[in-house]
Amino acid sequence: MPANRFNNFTNYGIGIGLRAPHYDHILTRKPVVDWFEIISENFMIGGGRPLRILDQILEQYRVVQHGVSMYFGSANRPDREHLRRLKSLVKRTGTPWVSDHLCWGSVDGTYTHDLLPMPYTFEAAKITAQKLRYVRDFLEVPIAVENVSSYAEYHVSEMTEWEFLNEVVERADCGILLDVNNIYVSSQNHNFNPLTYINSVPADRVAQIHIAGHSKFEKFILDTHDHPVLDPVWKLYDRAIQRAGHTATLLEWDDRIPSFQEVHDEALRADRFLADTQLKVAV
Amino acid sequence: MSLANLQKAVARAVMQPLTRNEHMRVVGPGGERMRRYAARYIKPNDRLTSFERLEIYNRQYWFRVLGSMAEDFPGLRKILGERRFDDMCRAYLTECPSRSFTLRNLGSRLEAWLRHNPQWVRGKEVLALDMVRLEWADIEAFDGEAEPVLRPEELDADSVSKLRLRVQPYVQLLELHYPVDDLVLQAKDDEGTNFASNAVGELRRRMKVRAVVALKPQKIFLVVHRLDFSVYFRRIEREEYSMLKALHGGDRSLAP
Repeated sequence: MPANRFNNFTNYGIGIGLRAPHYDHILTRKPVVDWFEIISENFMIGGGRPLRILDQILEQYRVVQHGVSMYFGSANRPDREHLRRLKSLVKRTGTPWVSDHLCWGSVDGTYTHDLLPMPYTFEAAKITAQKLRYVRDFLEVPIAVENVSSYAEYHVSEMTEWEFLNEVVERADCGILLDVNNIYVSSQNHNFNPLTYINSVPADRVAQIHIAGHSKFEKFILDTHDHPVLDPVWKLYDRAIQRAGHTATLLEWDDRIPSFQEVHDEALRADRFLADTQLKVAV
Repeated sequence: MSLANLQKAVARAVMQPLTRNEHMRVVGPGGERMRRYAARYIKPNDRLTSFERLEIYNRQYWFRVLGSMAEDFPGLRKILGERRFDDMCRAYLTECPSRSFTLRNLGSRLEAWLRHNPQWVRGKEVLALDMVRLEWADIEAFDGEAEPVLRPEELDADSVSKLRLRVQPYVQLLELHYPVDDLVLQAKDDEGTNFASNAVGELRRRMKVRAVVALKPQKIFLVVHRLDFSVYFRRIEREEYSMLKALHGGDRSLAP
């Protein structure tokens, strides 16, 4: 199940996000890392040091692209220049799949640079799925769509978030990047059981899993990616891989970034759950 | 309500400037009370009102774009001071919100906007515009497109006669009225320094203010380029500048 058509039949293990503070460490020490996830937009440029670093990384490591501004859920059509640059990067990296978020963030060509929550309506599901299909056909690579953390819900919603996710991926016939931290954050902000969400996701569409840390405030939780993964998130991860199998897993750590070793060690904590899963499968 | 209309309404609220205390304004788009505006679209929960939930996104938006501007224009921030710089950015981003998928381009229209809105740099117009041009040139030179470099072994007698020289597209040529290259290097150095002592930090801040005040006008010609993937500011002579400028513009009179 972990290798499926949504991750191009790959069997990737545990990866970490490629971040600038770690460039020197990675290029000089050459640590053993199964794969790196890059933020596509950071490398959709004409030239210079970022692309040079990326080429050096590609000489030694497997890279998967993750985007933050395709905005599959925005009502407007995809930006052709964005797509052209993204496709050029896909050719450069050889990424087996591309992921971005199930959200919106632009209106008529104006960008908020945020991952704004979708209204869970059938109209939105239809528009989002059409855009997903269009982007996949343009890029000629499988697409996985990631559930986001959210802090607001709309009156117009006609279904739950997980029902909306299922509606979109079935219509688009695309994969899921299941972010278990985002599920936890949203469950606390919107008062639902996160296990209900995990158990409702079509496991055979899960191409990749994200884990991350978050920050708790008095009245809500923010998805800050600046902490180690917390226990409730590990529990959800455990359940997710019980259902989806030994799936490519990535730790996100984007703010107050500690040493490479600390980030990598935190990511490798996922191994204990993966080993448990393999044992259960063997039994 | 259609998806497009909902997104337009929410985006208007999210991108509306914050109050001085960095909270969502009580008056929303179109002059409507923001509590009523938010309640029309956003559900409250047992801990947060519709207003408070929308405010999280309103604040996230402004913290992100203002942070990006401060990162991209440390020199201008030093010239204007933090408060004035933030106010100027709010006004700029309200009139010129991002039209690009990447935050890298957020400041691309700042020079043109400041020329139409000189009140934000009053008393320091020339210095501030010089700095904006230099800091934008720095961004362009850092990751701009590069053409393959011509190698000597590719030249022969026949090809030399057909040679058309061009400047790399990422190279930026600037004619400036102040030596702002010194100032921006100092500003960048300061941004990247972590002071262990607040007293030392305060002393350095006062010195920076003096450096801005003491900066005397001086015509300089600058090429902002990159070598081994690092950006360099190199002062050049007027004649060098004129020649490079002509090459940049594709002046055929310079052909051999």
